[in-house]
Amino acid sequence: MDSKQLYQDVILDHNRKPRNYGRLENATHSSEGLNPLCGDHIWLHLHVTDGAIDAVSFEGQSCAICKASASMMTAAVKGKTVLEAQTLAEEFRQMTTGHLDPASDPSHLGRLAVFSGVKDLPSRVKCAILPWHTLRAAFGDKNTATTEGDADPAGGA
Amino acid sequence: MSASAVSTVTEQAEVAFDPESIRGDFPILSNVHPHGRPLVYLDDAASSQMPRQVIDRLVRYQTHEHANIHRGVHLLSETATLAYENARRSVQRFLNAREEREIIFTTGCTEGINLVMHGYGRKFLADGDEVIVTHMEHHSNIVPWQMLAEEKGVKLRVAPIDDQGELMFESYEALFNERTKFVAVTHVSNALGTVTPIRRMVEVAHAHGVPILVDGAQAAPHLAVDVQALDCDFYTFSGHKACGPTGSGALYGKAHLLEKMQPFKGGGDMILSVSFEKTTYNVIPAKFEAGTPPIAAMIGLGAALDYLREIGLDRIAAHEHALLEYATARMSELPGIRIIGTAREKAAVLSFYVGDVHPHDVGTLLNEEGVAVRTGHHCAQPVMQRFGVPATARASFAFYNTFAEVDALVAAVRKVQQLFG
Repeated sequence: MDSKQLYQDVILDHNRKPRNYGRLENATHSSEGLNPLCGDHIWLHLHVTDGAIDAVSFEGQSCAICKASASMMTAAVKGKTVLEAQTLAEEFRQMTTGHLDPASDPSHLGRLAVFSGVKDLPSRVKCAILPWHTLRAAFGDKNTATTEGDADPAGGA
Repeated sequence: MSASAVSTVTEQAEVAFDPESIRGDFPILSNVHPHGRPLVYLDDAASSQMPRQVIDRLVRYQTHEHANIHRGVHLLSETATLAYENARRSVQRFLNAREEREIIFTTGCTEGINLVMHGYGRKFLADGDEVIVTHMEHHSNIVPWQMLAEEKGVKLRVAPIDDQGELMFESYEALFNERTKFVAVTHVSNALGTVTPIRRMVEVAHAHGVPILVDGAQAAPHLAVDVQALDCDFYTFSGHKACGPTGSGALYGKAHLLEKMQPFKGGGDMILSVSFEKTTYNVIPAKFEAGTPPIAAMIGLGAALDYLREIGLDRIAAHEHALLEYATARMSELPGIRIIGTAREKAAVLSFYVGDVHPHDVGTLLNEEGVAVRTGHHCAQPVMQRFGVPATARASFAFYNTFAEVDALVAAVRKVQQLFG
């Protein structure tokens, strides 16, 4: 695929002006995500009331794909329930690993479909998926996510 | 070249060595068209491409010469053994080692360093002893020594580098004391391109009676190496960075040191006799070559080194230096380019940052233009930390690269800047 299709205006815009960037006072959930191959390193902060995400932010250093993915993720999950956010995370994972086509398969991905092209760039899938791993980690047992080992989108270390 | 007095450095270098004269030797350079564009392969420091001469040698071996070595008395086993030992002589000539038996075949530079760590370090170093490395080592010359540190209580001392990426020589000297028992340093930095003052570093080590290993992964294919002139105790390099196959490489060691070291791996070929009571080890180099080695890979390595010697390491170094100077000048003309590694003496490695664009985005977009560069931490995370960056994009050059390919790199970087503008 033409990777310029991936570096579309919407992704470049979120990279330049990331939404929900910074710390979050009184966060109820926080997690850290690390992609050691790339050096992408982000922190995610959430405020959850009665099972709903009413505030979310991220910070850190990353490539454009990861930063735009994190930015659009925060915009997408704000106001959603934790369960809805986790469903979205799973759909995003399936899309970026080529198991879900947002053009034909039913999903809740909406504008996140701009990342579908990343499935053709195996070395960059981890960049797009890291924020979503980090989101899952925030609600899981561990509060650190990585793109390696069991979490490797390519299926193992 | 015209007789004009205003000829440029570029033109002079091209007269000295014309890469077009040998590019035809490398099938991959014309076979592959990333995104329909001509391949501009600038990732030679990660792995170099293989000329037809080496590919043909591998085919000839597999079609006419293959059997196990050092074993049978039949024709093929003797043919294969001869070819394998001839390859050892090619390595000996390439490094100007005194004796053939000082050349140990390895699967690459990493194995060579691990061999010395196990064979020398684990036998002769003890709690409280110190090993000196530099801040610009890649992981394969850090991690084995950390493993030794963990096992034996040995301490790792790190010689610092300055903002240009040069070794701070006086600080290196100051690290030596009566506990210093080994030195393991790079000849050329893979991330920065720095050529270390290796001859002087060897002198300092020897003045303190300490053996020194030189990691030549980035040096061997790019500049003439003479281990006798350097007087280093060990020198190690990888075949796949020198136009040879992956899985090939060699370690040079002074015979008297190799002889007193313990074997690294146990198995066939490294023994003189085996009983359940006692095993007697073979003499060097066999002592360090247990089991059936990658025979074809080593024969390919021999062919690759012969090929490089025929072109001439001095001509290769001169051409690559001209490419580096040209690339550095052209890239410096672009706004917002930060070059990481500006040592006075450099091999043809150009690590750079494009404004605040992440190197992985740079790499993905350069690939779009057919330009292959390495992006990441280059297996040298301490170097990245030293310069405060998580990663860089790195263009690295070989003798088959051209000035037009540098132009293609610069044009592709311009496009990245426009996209992220």
